[in-house]
Amino acid sequence: MSAVLTLDFTVNGKRRRMHVPPMKRLLDVLREDCGLTGTKEGCGEGECGACTVLMDGVPVNSCLVPAVQAAGVKIVTVEGLAKGPALSVLQRAFVERGGTQCGSCTPGILVTAHALLQRTKGRVPGDGEVRVAMAGNLCRCTGYQMIVNAVRAAARETQASARKRPARAAKPKAGVARRKPGSGR
Amino acid sequence: MTRASTFRTRRPGAVLRPEPAVGVSVPKRDGADKVTGRALYVDDLKIPGMLHGRTVRSTIARGIIRRIEFDPAFDWNGVVIADHQDIPGENCVAHVLEDQPLLAVREIEHADQAILLLAHADPERAEAALGAVRVEVESLDAVLSIEDALAARVKIHGADNVFKEYNIARGDLAAGFAAAAVVVEGVYRCGHQEQLYLENNGMIGERTAEGGIVVRGSMQCPYFVHDALQRMFGLPPEKVRVIQTVTGGGFGGKEDYPSVIAGHAALLAWKSGRPVKLVYDRLEDIASTTKRHPALIRVRTGHSRDGTLVATDVDVVMDGGAYMTLSPRVLSRGALHAGGAYRCPNVRIRARAVATNTPPNGAFRGFGAPQTLYAIESHMERVAAELGLDPLDLRLRNAVVRGDQTPTGQVLRESVSAVEVLDRTAKRVGWTEKRRRYGRENAAAERAERAGRFAPGGRRLRRGIGLALGWHGASFTGSGEVRLAAVAALELSPEGRPRVLAASAEIGQGAITVFTQMVAERLGVAPGLVLVETPDTDRVPDSGPTVASRTTMVVGGLLEDCARGLRERLELFAERAIDGGADFQRVARRFLDQRGPLRVGRGYRKPPWIEWNDDTYQGDAYPCFSYGAIAVEVEVDLDTGEVRVLKATTAQDVGKAIHPLLCTGQIEGGTLQGLGWALLEEVRWKDGRIWNHQLTNYIIPTSMDAPPFDVVLVENPFPGGPFGAKGVGELPMDLPAGAVVAAIAHATGACVDEIPITPERLLRALDGRKETR
Repeated sequence: MSAVLTLDFTVNGKRRRMHVPPMKRLLDVLREDCGLTGTKEGCGEGECGACTVLMDGVPVNSCLVPAVQAAGVKIVTVEGLAKGPALSVLQRAFVERGGTQCGSCTPGILVTAHALLQRTKGRVPGDGEVRVAMAGNLCRCTGYQMIVNAVRAAARETQASARKRPARAAKPKAGVARRKPGSGR
Repeated sequence: MTRASTFRTRRPGAVLRPEPAVGVSVPKRDGADKVTGRALYVDDLKIPGMLHGRTVRSTIARGIIRRIEFDPAFDWNGVVIADHQDIPGENCVAHVLEDQPLLAVREIEHADQAILLLAHADPERAEAALGAVRVEVESLDAVLSIEDALAARVKIHGADNVFKEYNIARGDLAAGFAAAAVVVEGVYRCGHQEQLYLENNGMIGERTAEGGIVVRGSMQCPYFVHDALQRMFGLPPEKVRVIQTVTGGGFGGKEDYPSVIAGHAALLAWKSGRPVKLVYDRLEDIASTTKRHPALIRVRTGHSRDGTLVATDVDVVMDGGAYMTLSPRVLSRGALHAGGAYRCPNVRIRARAVATNTPPNGAFRGFGAPQTLYAIESHMERVAAELGLDPLDLRLRNAVVRGDQTPTGQVLRESVSAVEVLDRTAKRVGWTEKRRRYGRENAAAERAERAGRFAPGGRRLRRGIGLALGWHGASFTGSGEVRLAAVAALELSPEGRPRVLAASAEIGQGAITVFTQMVAERLGVAPGLVLVETPDTDRVPDSGPTVASRTTMVVGGLLEDCARGLRERLELFAERAIDGGADFQRVARRFLDQRGPLRVGRGYRKPPWIEWNDDTYQGDAYPCFSYGAIAVEVEVDLDTGEVRVLKATTAQDVGKAIHPLLCTGQIEGGTLQGLGWALLEEVRWKDGRIWNHQLTNYIIPTSMDAPPFDVVLVENPFPGGPFGAKGVGELPMDLPAGAVVAAIAHATGACVDEIPITPERLLRALDGRKETR
């Protein structure tokens, strides 16, 4: 297969141009061509969610996305969650509340959680709501409860700091949660 | 504890106050790297000139290799091929017995056995080459189950296919049963379980210019790999270097198998002279690496009318797979825990591990104990039903207390918490009230359904609550720690910071965080000052494998001693007490300037009161036990057979929670693995091969399957452990299965004798229940 795709897309806010086979997995483009190894492969078939990245704001399993589908999109990986060197509120909550153990599922879990908190801006999602959002991300270490706790704690903290800032009413966006490709079972 | 004198730190503002490091949930040492994606796992590493390895495997369970053909139409340029003839040393992966070859020579003993290795600079070419190798085999009759192995029509190991047998006896069994008012018998089965660490197994091998090898990768036990590589390559220890990379979970699955994959990666590197990365994908990992041993367990117990245990007879058979690997040790732990945390004067435990033509089974959290504890706890439920006793009362009546003896004659002297964990679990969950309530509600639902009134949606749901008690011996069994002779050390870094030197692997559980806390506490500094060296056999001493719930208790204990010694040396040198982190660094730097490097090491010394006899299997099997009890609440759909776990409430005595958050994390995570084993996780076989070797159909619990956890940390200090700590890693895995069986029995009356309790299995059991009515 000699066809090469010129892939223009944005990764973590940076515009990138890559020359890759069109059917190369987005996961491999990110890890090998962009050098962003934070995104992990856990199963290669869209079951475990370790490779979750945001594609135009929607969590997808990057092992199921061919490069050609990433043309022109905005990708966010775990490396793009913190602005600057300090940890984001969500990342810090995971460290402080036992949300990460072996760390293999953590990048995907954080990306999914980040998308959830974008959707629920202005309120703290319930335990069940977090569990539904996380259902496509397998974790073998924690038993999930500390992950749920961390996500909700981050939402509480974000909400509290938003309240402190006046003149900025965070309004929940009416949006339909889209399913991840291949995550339905 | 001598906290008062040693843990005062002078802070700005000159307020003297103690700052304990132990018992506090400080930030996890590796946390920030893991939440930012900075942590580098083996598959994240690239080395210039690196090749990618692949493994040619057997497709049959047993047979003879006749011929290996390389497709002449394939472009073999740049493909490195290695087989058993390329192994410079011994073709063996050394464990208990040296029966496992690194690469098959002629005989195939199990499906997915490694035959040949390939490598290419382009991973896709390497993958393609895999398809261009044809292995011609002659198939032989295979032994594929415990029953086949015991029948021994086909002999694959000795005359009877038995790898190992242990017999533990105490009292007079016949007299015990003769005196019993009631005898209850049951047979319990459990299947394989895949560890399913999220990061697959992987290694990178390199050949050094000096004719040595370096292997780095995902592992729990750097020195196991180090030992194995010396044998395979015929190299002295100093020519072999093993480095742990950030490891994405292990649960025992990275205890012995990494020696195999390290050998393969190193062999390809040895032959090619290039670095070789060998990382499995999920399919290959599940198909070929170790699993929890399946077991067939027969339990017969005798009781007096009030439930008192007077005789226990347990027969355990575990499926070891094709090679012995760690099976004798798993079997031993299974046997030693088989009587449960109960007092019984007359006991016989017979345990055998048998050979089958399936991939070798190995270590998985609990190491044999979850199997036997599942059996005895399921059995206690039957006993309670038979005698009409509350399962809690039956357990309280028989639970071990201080001064009781185990089946090996070990007197339980310290930190014996079986009754306390039962009491606290029962109290926390509201045992008596809940049991009554669910009973009432189930009866009401049944009456309503009979009258034609169904719940919304027409679902016939029943709820139940079940209990289990368990114990777990912390650290290696019997004389294991003496043979292991673990060493750990502390040194001063050039900046005057203490640095931990230990081979214990951080695999997510928090080992390195806990180490920094214990060292910091004894040095009177903040945990953040303490550095931890990466486990690298060139840099750290052999503190033994990261297994057996021994890291905090045994290696932590050595480090605590090292910290005492280091502090003493520095205080002698300074001729005064050290006061806090800044002062420590000042004194340490002065020491380095005037005296040179400082390293304080400590080796394991057996406490004099531990006596163990390997021949009779009598004595102190473990320095101490951790104890736990769990109450699991379930909801069962009578029509679909689905079981939903509503809640898990557990009290576990860990001696001392050095880091309460991490400790709770171990308990919650281990509990969910236990629930998965009990309800969801089933390895399916066809002709000796696993056919569900992928996450699509090997189902582990998701966030929606996981119940909320209510964890009570009980801290009855064990004087032999650092700060009183015992082991915590494995105990949580030991408990859930028996409690799930009990909860389902309470909800439905179904008596299930095999896990996982899939909907199909439960519906069959429910049908059986109806027939017997």
